[in-house]
Amino acid sequence: MTEATTHAVTLQKVVKRYGDFTAVHQTDLGIEDGSFLTLLGPSGCGKTTTLRMIAGLTSITEGDILIKGTRVNDLPIHKRNLGIVFQNYALFPHKTVQENVAFGLKYRKVSADEARRRVGEALELVQLPQTADRFPSQLSGGQQQRIALARAIVIQPDVLLLDEPLSALDANLREDMRVELKRIQHSLGITTVFVTHDQSEALAMSDRIVVMSAGHVEQVGSPEEVYNRPSSEFVARFLGASNILEARIVSADRTGAKVETQGLGTFQAAIDQDETRRFAEGQKVKLSIRAEKLALTATGKGAAEVASGDAPDIARFDGRVTTVDYQGQVARYFLEAGGHQLQAINTIDEHPLSEGEAVSVGVRARDVVVLPQ
Amino acid sequence: MPSGWSLIRLGTILVYLFMFAPVAVVVLLSFNSSQFGSFPMEGVSFRWFVELWNNDAIVRAFQTSLVLGALTSVISTTLGVLGSLAMVRYSFPGKNLIATALIAPILVPEVVLAVALLLFLGALGQPKSFVLLLAGHVIFTLPFVVLVVQARLVGVRREYEEAAMSLGAGPVQTFFQVTLPLILPAVLAGGLFAFTISFDDITGTLFWKPGGVETVPTQIFAMLRNSISPEINALGTVMIVMTVALPLLGAAAARRLSRGRGGG
Repeated sequence: MTEATTHAVTLQKVVKRYGDFTAVHQTDLGIEDGSFLTLLGPSGCGKTTTLRMIAGLTSITEGDILIKGTRVNDLPIHKRNLGIVFQNYALFPHKTVQENVAFGLKYRKVSADEARRRVGEALELVQLPQTADRFPSQLSGGQQQRIALARAIVIQPDVLLLDEPLSALDANLREDMRVELKRIQHSLGITTVFVTHDQSEALAMSDRIVVMSAGHVEQVGSPEEVYNRPSSEFVARFLGASNILEARIVSADRTGAKVETQGLGTFQAAIDQDETRRFAEGQKVKLSIRAEKLALTATGKGAAEVASGDAPDIARFDGRVTTVDYQGQVARYFLEAGGHQLQAINTIDEHPLSEGEAVSVGVRARDVVVLPQ
Repeated sequence: MPSGWSLIRLGTILVYLFMFAPVAVVVLLSFNSSQFGSFPMEGVSFRWFVELWNNDAIVRAFQTSLVLGALTSVISTTLGVLGSLAMVRYSFPGKNLIATALIAPILVPEVVLAVALLLFLGALGQPKSFVLLLAGHVIFTLPFVVLVVQARLVGVRREYEEAAMSLGAGPVQTFFQVTLPLILPAVLAGGLFAFTISFDDITGTLFWKPGGVETVPTQIFAMLRNSISPEINALGTVMIVMTVALPLLGAAAARRLSRGRGGG
């Protein structure tokens, strides 16, 4: 199979059931060699179960899992050559850092000298070379995390599996580790599967994101694709702040669609060319518009003046700010427009808009995403 | 007018006196030089300890008790650890039933257990033997080991074992490299429990022991039937020291063990 040769991990029609409950519905997935793939979703969506099935920690009910082209369904975990980093690190508390990192090498016919050299290199890579003789309890959370990573990569695994490795760290550290983790993954070129419920981690680190919900794969794509072109209401709501509006297709052709919403009038919406035939005149759909894509302008400046400067693909409607959530660089506005509650995130130009202020809301056609029903 | 607190204090002291005064008396009298084990004490001497040492029956009983206790401890701990692993780490049909059966020997009155085992042996047509005595002690001490080890094992996160296996360790290597070291304090505690329980058990032992074999408690019991010799006080003191000192030593060793890994 040619596909299996370029994919480090392949899931073929994989299903996981616990009695009557289906934790993961039939899933097909290929993970490219050397890429960073994120399984993203809320708790209970099946992302951790999927990771554990790849790891061999959870048996699969149906389907096949291939690692480097070899079917591993019946291969026990200790023969799969995987590196796993757990949410709570799971460093062995009774062993020193050196012994922890060297643990996997004991089972790989590595000479003592070679093992010491590789442990040294791994500790160097995670920037903690001086900690070899300490016990895990003597390290901070962030340091333990790095040691757990060193322990997982020192065995040169075929795949690195990360199960919410950053969620136990505090916010600042998490952002540092995010960059660090990506740097290490990149320098080693190791195929990585990362599980998280944190969309910003997923967007920042991934080559590809798999958004999951209730045991289903909702969308697979690059961070940009998933963020800008969500394929379902769930994805639109889960990543970032979105406004979801009910609408009706007025017309659809190669250049785009014209949609009508009650209270806000008609918009131009961008749709992919191959999607055109999915939409028929009069069809009910939902629209997703990112909060940061709604541009607010105070109407006091003169609505006509505002509109006259618009590019032709910008649609406008009137609204009123109900609540201002000031965040320094940006502000989140909740507004009322045409009977809808909307939110907008705009950068602040000198002063934020004030509550009760009448605004003109502008939105570009390419930022209006038509979701299939 | 005494306040409520001083009443409570007085009550506490009385309860402790009630509990420990007899033990203190035994220890005190074991150092009495008089022929008769009663107050007033005439002088301090170690003669009863020396006589103890020279009494063949007692030394033999002591050896029996030590061997029995040690074997009970080893077998109970091994079975207890295996049983705990099954109970905590695996799920299988009939698990609840087996869990109850493992703990049941504590709940069943010891006399009933003793008679039952004896009847069972009779049904098999086997004579009483040291092996039966050992089996009885193992059955009786197993629940203590299981309870202690299970409690600890529940606190050892599965991820430690999963991490070890992901790094290439097989199930057996994972147990000896990771699981056992992490539950070791509980295993040692369980083993000590088993030893001390076996060491001073009398009810079951009286039923199970083959003729001519005596453990320390049954030996004391036999000696009491004749007279209250001061030797018994000395023997009592030795047993108290053993059953108190052993767990204390164990606790100290466990603390040293955990300090060795630099607790923070």
